[in-house]
Amino acid sequence: MINDTLKALSQQLADKAVSGEELATAYLDRIEALNPALNAFITLDRDKTLAEARAADARRARGEAGPLTGVPLAHKDIFCQQGWKTSCGSRMLDNFISPYDANVVERCKAAGMVTLGRTNMDEFAMGSSNENSWYGPVKNPWDPAAIPGGSSGGSAAAVAARMTPVATATDTGGSIRQPASHCGVTGLKPTYGVVSRYGMVAFASSLDQGGMLAQTAEDCALMLNVMAGFDRRDSTSVERPAEDYARDLQRPLAGLRVGLPREYFADGLSADVAQAVDAAIAELKKLGAQPVEIGLPNTELSIPSYYVIAPAEASSNLSRYDGVRYGHRAADYGDLIDMYEKTRAEGFGAEVKRRIMVGTYVLSHGYYDAYYIKAQKIRRLIANDFTAAFGLCDVILGPVAPTAAFNIGEKSSDPVEMYLSDIYTLSVNLAGLPGMSVPAGFSANGRPIGLQLIGNYFDEARLLNVAHQFQLATGWHRQAPKL
Amino acid sequence: MSLTQQDVARIAKLARIAVTEEEIEAVGQQLNTIFGLIEKMQAVNTDNVEPMAHPQDVALRLRADAVTETDQRERFLSIAPQTQAGLFLVPKVIE
Repeated sequence: MINDTLKALSQQLADKAVSGEELATAYLDRIEALNPALNAFITLDRDKTLAEARAADARRARGEAGPLTGVPLAHKDIFCQQGWKTSCGSRMLDNFISPYDANVVERCKAAGMVTLGRTNMDEFAMGSSNENSWYGPVKNPWDPAAIPGGSSGGSAAAVAARMTPVATATDTGGSIRQPASHCGVTGLKPTYGVVSRYGMVAFASSLDQGGMLAQTAEDCALMLNVMAGFDRRDSTSVERPAEDYARDLQRPLAGLRVGLPREYFADGLSADVAQAVDAAIAELKKLGAQPVEIGLPNTELSIPSYYVIAPAEASSNLSRYDGVRYGHRAADYGDLIDMYEKTRAEGFGAEVKRRIMVGTYVLSHGYYDAYYIKAQKIRRLIANDFTAAFGLCDVILGPVAPTAAFNIGEKSSDPVEMYLSDIYTLSVNLAGLPGMSVPAGFSANGRPIGLQLIGNYFDEARLLNVAHQFQLATGWHRQAPKL
Repeated sequence: MSLTQQDVARIAKLARIAVTEEEIEAVGQQLNTIFGLIEKMQAVNTDNVEPMAHPQDVALRLRADAVTETDQRERFLSIAPQTQAGLFLVPKVIE
């Protein structure tokens, strides 16, 4: 059961081979056994989960079930969920029981999916290793000495360890794709604007996008069908005709032009990642794809550009955490300013504070043009690179990260070293394009390696098609750690 | 461009985050390495390039100027640190 995909579970529920309550119980028992060592979940509530499961079963008995009614899922602790602690991995929101549901949560609820729990994450989505959580690091299920990746480390680890068949997640600079790669699961970040950000705690508003982690591309397509759609409460939500993201999964890849950016295959890429990606390219060629060399010349500039824009937007978004209306408030303070300063010093971790301060500086008087506007101009150059590239190819392929997962504690003393490892994922968020990570092999020390697929705007169906065909031909995605 | 301790103190003040004397130097050093990374942007010519704020060039939607929210004051006050008479309670601001 634990290796069953969403597709398989959906069929079992429809056939009445299993009930939603039985599934929820089985997954909760597995979580209880594995979570103490992995720390993938921050909040669990068996009573609430079983109540949701029974309601899903009742709905099915009334003949009102949809394809995913009764199927369990986990939510990254960044999506506001009414009645559940929504912590964002931070002491600042440790006492915050959300009074409302995010649009993503509403949609999953409307589909009848059952909440298993809330997953661990880097604080306020800032991090690439899940070492920045108030609730402690998440361990990679493949190797407990390794990071699972971040910021959606809990969601990725939960799927990899088969504690849940699917988990929601978010990606601002790679936070779905990179943990997917490090944990050997499949992840999708949609085009900016496809999934509503209403109720998704904001980090960098022009970059944040909700998505999911699952065992297969097909499952990601099923989940995207639930999560995607226009929401008037998100001013950046894009209004487009609804689509079935699973419609093109079966399309053969003959004639598909696959762009290989020369900048993604240069120095800095470790040998085992290069080998796994090369093997994937060979596999796609066998399926009829045609590799095309392309250039994304401004790739390296994505790092400074992102590390100006994201902190700048974060400094604005996180100014709401002031101890006045919800969340942490310092116990001792003098005047109002003192209350703000102490509350925020206590509530935020070191990485969050660093990024807020970088953001505050680059937006401050005298520096705004030199830093923030400059970064936005570079953003335009990066987006233009992709537009030109998509004139020559249909999808772009490359690594997700320069190496497989590093060890917990290995890079946490130097923030810049951590930032440099985001080189292949940041551009995709800056441009607003959809991106996926699919399992493609293992490093010499047994840690998973993912393949990145980047699509043109709103071309998720094609990305999912390529990933699905790759998964039909290979077996990487079916491997799971023995737990 | 290197931050002084005074710069760090000023930024912390703007960001409303208390930073102790001991922390200022360490924080300053970390910020300086980050700014060293950011300096790489200056090497690129971006004359005549339009800044890009948003992946899609969309205009902000307008809606009718009509009340759509309901009164949920009790619900929202119930999660606040300190309240009184239906208001959020904070230290006195106006002398």
